[in-house]
Amino acid sequence: MLRAFFVILLFQLFGEIIQKYFLLIIPGPVIGLILLLFTLIFLKKIKSKKILNLKKSVVNLSNAITSYLSLLFVPIGVGVVMHVSYLEQNLFQVLGVIIIGTIITIALSAKLMEILNKIIQKKND
Amino acid sequence: MTNLENLYEIWVYLQTEPLFWLTITIGAYLIGDFLYKKSNINPLVNPVAISILIISGILIFFNIDYERYFNGAKFIHFLLGPATVALAIPIYNQIKLVKKEALSITITLIIGSLFAIFITYYLAKIFKLDDQLILSMLPRSVTAPISMGISELINGIPSITAIITITTGIVGASLATFVLDFIKVRDMTARGFAIGLSSHGIGTARAMSRNKTAGIFSALALALSGVVVSIIIPIIIKFIL
Repeated sequence: MLRAFFVILLFQLFGEIIQKYFLLIIPGPVIGLILLLFTLIFLKKIKSKKILNLKKSVVNLSNAITSYLSLLFVPIGVGVVMHVSYLEQNLFQVLGVIIIGTIITIALSAKLMEILNKIIQKKND
Repeated sequence: MTNLENLYEIWVYLQTEPLFWLTITIGAYLIGDFLYKKSNINPLVNPVAISILIISGILIFFNIDYERYFNGAKFIHFLLGPATVALAIPIYNQIKLVKKEALSITITLIIGSLFAIFITYYLAKIFKLDDQLILSMLPRSVTAPISMGISELINGIPSITAIITITTGIVGASLATFVLDFIKVRDMTARGFAIGLSSHGIGTARAMSRNKTAGIFSALALALSGVVVSIIIPIIIKFIL
């Protein structure tokens, strides 16, 4: 467990360093995610028992953290409510844009991907 | 010293302690989660939204600064970073499915991200919002640290962008199931990808808790759209808007 946590923190740290060094707009943790994903793909060919064990504990830890993902957004979410006055008289218009815009984006992109998946599936068959 | 004074001193002391705010935050979340399960997992009863309202209520009622609260709850906030890195694992476990759908993922990613930006732009114009506010809204479909970075780059107001981005996440997490059921999209990869693309982390957290495949594709969209949107927004602003 502790080793797994260390691995995840290490990848985040690498991510943060890369982000700061290259002045990227992509946040450190997202870079860490991409690095970890490629490392896992690369390690697939190596069948050392130690690495397999470590991988297993990283998987377990990851399952534990990601199942409480929602909770982690609460502190910053409270900030939204406490600072909502920043939007001044625009609050309702902004909410309108967010609600309508999000509904349209979800609907269009889901429909698009479903159609694409069907077309590609048919071509492969 | 009277008992009451004693209690008051304890209260003042607790406010400065992470212990108190961590307990409140997790407690509020458990209440939100309980109500969510009680409601037969109705997506409108969002545990994040409920816990946010409970805690904000406490802060407003007792007249406590957000900074004081955040200082206590920042241990929970800190875990967002490791949790993001940890999303690599579920994606890796489904790497075959990801490869199989690579083409639809790429096309949906680019067109969907453009949708998100242009729809926000035109809606904001229709609602007659001023230019700086529009700029602050454009990156709202990607995760908060990225959207704030983009906002700063294009002369928006990052703190406003943070508020708008988080609200987008909560709105997406609450409404996605209805929208996707309404338009009858049953393909879990498409459902998940659309959620991550439009409502980033909070949407992904919800998708994860409902369906593994949807959650994974949502996480994938969250990471990829962050990269794509941060590249295309500056281009759009320079050449189109």
